[in-house]
Amino acid sequence: MKTLAELAAIREKMQNKVVIREGSASTRVVVGMATCGIAAGARPVLNAFVEGVVSANLSDKITVTQTGCIGICQYEPVVEIYEEGKEKVTYVKLDAAKAAEIVEKHLKGGKVVEEYTIGAYNN
Amino acid sequence: MKELSLNILDVAKNSVSAGANIIDISLVVDESGYLTLTIKDDGCGMSQQTVSNVTNPFYTTRTTRKVGMGLPLLKLAAEQTGGYLSLESSQDMADHGTMVKAVFNTNSIDFMPVGDIISTICVLISGSPEIDFKFYDKSDTHCVSLDTRELRAALGNEVSLAEPEVGMWISEYLREQY
Repeated sequence: MKTLAELAAIREKMQNKVVIREGSASTRVVVGMATCGIAAGARPVLNAFVEGVVSANLSDKITVTQTGCIGICQYEPVVEIYEEGKEKVTYVKLDAAKAAEIVEKHLKGGKVVEEYTIGAYNN
Repeated sequence: MKELSLNILDVAKNSVSAGANIIDISLVVDESGYLTLTIKDDGCGMSQQTVSNVTNPFYTTRTTRKVGMGLPLLKLAAEQTGGYLSLESSQDMADHGTMVKAVFNTNSIDFMPVGDIISTICVLISGSPEIDFKFYDKSDTHCVSLDTRELRAALGNEVSLAEPEVGMWISEYLREQY
């Protein structure tokens, strides 16, 4: 059984980490979650990023957030990755498996998965 | 939308945009197999003119394009089963907010499965950790409830409901109740 006491334990554990975290989360993964994104399958993509980041122990450095309509509905699910000092990368037409691959190669390995970027679809 | 839970995720986000402090989502199936979904918020509310427009797909508040499909899709999903969608909204200073109510006949061949509602609730909470959510889901087989105000009390002000670890706790907590 899950209990509220477990939340209190998380609170205690986090209290020491909060200070370090604020300045160091330098990468943002932003998932488009408007009607267009949701209908195209953005929810499992978002979950895959969250799970991937947690299991890679990267939640101190990477935050996964949601946004509204990015304006390119035909390419949904769309995910933008902002890294400090680098140009934004826009991934399009994602699914959970592609998201897991991006966590592995891009977020962990530092290498953009070109074939899933919007540039690959425009050519 | 392939699952009703995706419509719920989409429409509940309207309540977030309306500046709600608390959003109440409930799913109740009665003995004759009718499912009533209500999404109720204390956001800014809509004018009566807006209320009459929002189920028109060519009406939207967003500026990126000229169509808004959220409520029209939910209305269609309800009506396809022989159910309906109704809207109540108030901009009254003392009592403002909106309630979306959709009724579905779950015995209809066109009834879309509810799907992964746990995921929807978790995504809503982590996407708007500053808002409180009340969730209630009741049928013959289960009675599930969650109130983020209780979680917030246990977590204190320092820990956000958007913390991945908290999200996993919420997901597990809901799963146990089904």
